[in-house]
Amino acid sequence: MASVSLHSVSKSFGTHAVIQGVELQIDDGEFVVFVGPSGCGKSTLLRIVAGLVAPTDGVVAIGGDDVTDVPASRRGVAFVFQSYALYPHMSVARNIGFALETLGMAKEAVSQKVLSVARMLKVDHLMDRRPRELSGGQRQRVAIGRALVRQPEIFLFDEPLSNLDSDLRMEMRLEIARLHNDLKTTMIYVTHDQSEAMTLADRIVVLNHGRIEQVGTPQQLYHAPDNRFVAGFIGSPRMNFMGVSSQATAGRIVGAGNLSLALASSDLENPITEIGIRPEGLRLVAEGDGRMVCILERIEDLGHEHFGYCRISDDTVWVIRLPEAPSPDRIGKPVGLDFADAAVFAFAGDGRRIALAGLQKMAAEAPLP
Amino acid sequence: MQNAIAQRAPRKPASFYRLKRRVVRGLQIFALLLVLIYTLFPYYWAFVSSTKQGAALYRSALLPALDFTYYRQLIDNPIFMGSLLNSAYVAVSTTLLSLIIGISAAYALGRIDFPQRRAMLMIVLMISIFPQVVVLSGLFELINWLGLFNRPSALILTYLLSTVPFTTWILTTFIREFPRELEEAAIIDGCSHFRILMKILLPLMGPSLASTGILAFILAWNEFLFALTFTLTDENRTVPVAIGLIAGTSRYEYPFGQIMAASVTVTLPLIAVVLVFQRRIVAGLTAGAVKG
Ligand SMILES: Nc1ncnc2c1ncn2[C@@H]1O[C@H](COP(=O)(O)OP(=O)(O)OP(=O)(O)O)[C@@H](O)[C@H]1O
Ligand SMILES: [Mg+2]
Repeated sequence: MASVSLHSVSKSFGTHAVIQGVELQIDDGEFVVFVGPSGCGKSTLLRIVAGLVAPTDGVVAIGGDDVTDVPASRRGVAFVFQSYALYPHMSVARNIGFALETLGMAKEAVSQKVLSVARMLKVDHLMDRRPRELSGGQRQRVAIGRALVRQPEIFLFDEPLSNLDSDLRMEMRLEIARLHNDLKTTMIYVTHDQSEAMTLADRIVVLNHGRIEQVGTPQQLYHAPDNRFVAGFIGSPRMNFMGVSSQATAGRIVGAGNLSLALASSDLENPITEIGIRPEGLRLVAEGDGRMVCILERIEDLGHEHFGYCRISDDTVWVIRLPEAPSPDRIGKPVGLDFADAAVFAFAGDGRRIALAGLQKMAAEAPLP
Repeated sequence: MQNAIAQRAPRKPASFYRLKRRVVRGLQIFALLLVLIYTLFPYYWAFVSSTKQGAALYRSALLPALDFTYYRQLIDNPIFMGSLLNSAYVAVSTTLLSLIIGISAAYALGRIDFPQRRAMLMIVLMISIFPQVVVLSGLFELINWLGLFNRPSALILTYLLSTVPFTTWILTTFIREFPRELEEAAIIDGCSHFRILMKILLPLMGPSLASTGILAFILAWNEFLFALTFTLTDENRTVPVAIGLIAGTSRYEYPFGQIMAASVTVTLPLIAVVLVFQRRIVAGLTAGAVKG
């Protein structure tokens, strides 16, 4: 059990800065998930914590001790790789027990520990198989078993489920959650998958271009993103954005689709240049009702939910999550969109979110400038 | 619709395609036989010649006479048997040494990032393209200076010059393509570099080691020029030189039969080695070609 802290950690490969001044404090027993677009440095940051990559700058501390120069094997961490990285020439049992064997533990003790871990992960009937004779899910379990057997202070997972099909991914996700519940060990988990991040994490760290955009609970990130990047990254389907022009003197913002919102207060230095509304914050209403107009182009029926695609202007199509499929006759026709004030996120030109004190509906028939 | 179908060429009867397949198959077998005869005939001819006596040698009968006198003579010839031992000693030592040096060099060149790495690889490659004759006189000086002249160890030293570059290259390629995560998993599991090499890399390198080792062995076993230059006396000769220097009973007799018998004999170990390892060789030569 240990806390992790990163203090102004940077990493460059040659001149290419991959991690830039990351500050992060992870508490003992916390489940932290790193998310971010491909190539933003998630794996690199995880490897820095593991000790597989040395940071160019900064301090890594585990359990309060500076471990920046401590080799990976002495950090008390376990790493689960995306490719599983099982030793292909060893049986499942030896794969799981290899770390203990390396420590010089007696054979009896090793096989006992291996067996108890294998039972826990339900791979004890596969002990003599080679990795290539296992299915993807079984390999994943063995890889987790290999991490588990060392009783690490910190678990590090690098996209462990991304090679599995979606059913298995859901099942393994539950198992990892249960594992964390049982062990209460600190875990850091890298993923691309929104639902993994939202369901597993105590806190999510959103990375972009090697910088932390925001750290917070899944709810904080969803309901109160700090900036446009986080707003667009968290949530699926992603938030709908539209550029708007601020008429600060008139106290309102206007945009395509007859959008016209009155602002309770406005900041002249930092005008709102863009707004965003999540698909679930929008409602489809009759033409003429609601606060915007658009053309319903397409409906996707997934059985349990429905998505509508609304063209607002030539280059803007918004997605709406609908409770039930609208009648097909409405496709291609103008419809109205309605939303609550609280559903609107506003962003300044530099991407920061601007808190809105309150919006008033301006008549949709108010003429566009 | 009618037109579209009419425009397509009419389909030939099934018997046509069956015939075509058989003809192609026949041609394939014929080509295969041609290649086999081309490559195996010299060896077969050596065997046939080695079992014939005297004047029969000059008749080009294709069937072996199965007279093994020459082979018996060879076994009784202490110099030839000595040269076999020398060859074995030189070839085995060369193979082992070049594998050890090759693995160490390849691990450094394949895994450790240092600025001169590309230059090093280029130099290693360049060494192996010099023709032997070019380095012969220089090596002769070196061997003399080291006091190794007329000793089998001189041969080991000089053969390494040709075997180490290609073992290093092949093994470097292998180590480069070795999944990094596997090594990282071993590091996390607490392995030292040495333990990674012994427990993870070496067991998985079997095929590449077998194929490079066999190439080194064949090269050392068959080498003639250095062996001729750096050894002086009969008891230090290796097999190719010993065969080259087999003399007839009189000046005017060319000991064709004995030479053939000796050649056949010394090829047997190679064939045995290659047959034992052949599956691994193929695996090693194609390693990395496809992601496994
Ligand atoms: N050993 C390396 N040498 C040079 N550049 C590297 C190295 N490892 C990673 N990079 C670069 O660092 C950047 C971040 O890589 P990283 O693997 O951390 O991304 P990631 O966020 O994990 O992406 P993904 O989601 O695709 O796994 C990438 O641009 C990558 O090209
Ligand atoms: Mg990654």
